[in-house]
Amino acid sequence: MKQETSTLEIDDPFSNTLPAYTLVNLRINGQTHKLRLQPWVSLLDAIREYIGLTGTKKGCDHGQCGACTVLVDGKRINSCLTLAIMKDGAEITTIEGLADGEANHPLQDAFIEHDAFQCGYCTPGQICSAVGMFNEGRAHTLEDVKELMSGNICRCGAYTNINAAIMEVKAKLENE
Amino acid sequence: MNNFSYNKVTEVAEAVADLTGHTNARFIAGGTNLLDLMKENVAKPDHLTDINKLALAGIEATEDGGLSLGALATNADTAWNELVEQKYPLLSQAILAGASPQLRNMATNGGNLFQRTRCYYFYDTATACNKREPGSGCSAINGINRIHAILGTSEHCIATHPSDMCVALAALNAKVNVTGPYGDRVIEFRDFHRLPGDTPHLDNNVQDGELVTSIDLPPSNFTQHFHYLKVRERQSYAFALVSVAAALELDGNVIKDIRLALGGVAHKPWRDRSCEEAFIGQEATEANFRALAEKILADAKGYGSNTFKIDLAKRAIVRAFSEALKNN
Repeated sequence: MKQETSTLEIDDPFSNTLPAYTLVNLRINGQTHKLRLQPWVSLLDAIREYIGLTGTKKGCDHGQCGACTVLVDGKRINSCLTLAIMKDGAEITTIEGLADGEANHPLQDAFIEHDAFQCGYCTPGQICSAVGMFNEGRAHTLEDVKELMSGNICRCGAYTNINAAIMEVKAKLENE
Repeated sequence: MNNFSYNKVTEVAEAVADLTGHTNARFIAGGTNLLDLMKENVAKPDHLTDINKLALAGIEATEDGGLSLGALATNADTAWNELVEQKYPLLSQAILAGASPQLRNMATNGGNLFQRTRCYYFYDTATACNKREPGSGCSAINGINRIHAILGTSEHCIATHPSDMCVALAALNAKVNVTGPYGDRVIEFRDFHRLPGDTPHLDNNVQDGELVTSIDLPPSNFTQHFHYLKVRERQSYAFALVSVAAALELDGNVIKDIRLALGGVAHKPWRDRSCEEAFIGQEATEANFRALAEKILADAKGYGSNTFKIDLAKRAIVRAFSEALKNN
């Protein structure tokens, strides 16, 4: 990332007045993490670098690829475009929190079954996004799924199998 | 991203007061555009006032039969709100045409109004840009300008406004309620965003320290014949090359009222009421839609790579109204 050094050295009137750290309580996968964070730490960096849950991936870091998708209070968001400090107290679910003990989430099994990846880098985001989509209840057809999963890019182009995996789990959930 | 201080506020008055004492403080709600711009060093606030705890997320029917959209209601909650879907389906369509589901879950209605252009030169701090750095020049006018404006441009800036939601809000005659250090005021949607002129660094007419609290929609009869058409480089999750918000109120096949707003073609959602009025009382025919398209684009100007947008916009207008006619 480009840095204008003048910005940091000259236009930085608060370097002595800023609170260096703020105590932030992040609830991730049912566990509370008390972190001392600077305000500019993204939720994604807090999850990966401070808590060490590296399932959530950093792709573009600009909200364009969806690799960083997590669920906040049941809704899917891009964790790269929110600050950790803004999510103090919220219930956050990452890919590590989807399994039920040793039992995979049905989407995790379906992704394996359908070979819904090549490199796998987008997979945690794809799965969290699909869980969020199911929560929204707006996807009825394959066309809906394609449109409502468009925030998750797969550079390997495994979309056909990703869609098949999602459609299979969707059908199972609806028959339950 | 530069360093900044941060404060989470719980009252509107507290939010407005929290900006004072900083040289470049900003409100943050969804943060989807602001944080992106901060990562690119295009936006460099010294303080962020987090307004997410303000009680501004409601969507409520108003006494006059309209609807009030809270500034902090998310785009997703707005598009999928029952009242919005029933009474303002054009707005639902437009919102759902924008961004991705994840971004719509974060982005707020208030924030959507303040989205900044996706002009590549505005985003690239190595290039000249009058919007980012007044007086530095415009790299787009003689550069790659495929995504740029064809209407209302100036020699200083040919950037477009990126929002889909705002195109529908323009068509629906929305009003924006703001509060600030000098009290409350209402801004008509057509007066909210600005043309670039010689001040392209100003996207809108909101003053420093003012906070959008809600967006009001007047009662609307555009529940039957409406269409939001978005033409883009790929089918989903891309900004508009051209978008069209089309709405008709018909008496038989005679146009009782008509609305046409364009996205992707100007520094603000583009509307021209005089063009619309010329077709009130006329038949809703393809020939008339074509005439309307010619009229609203009469002053359009291409800059090379974006000249195709003039024809594209005309065809998109005809297609959007044809689709609107199909709705029953």
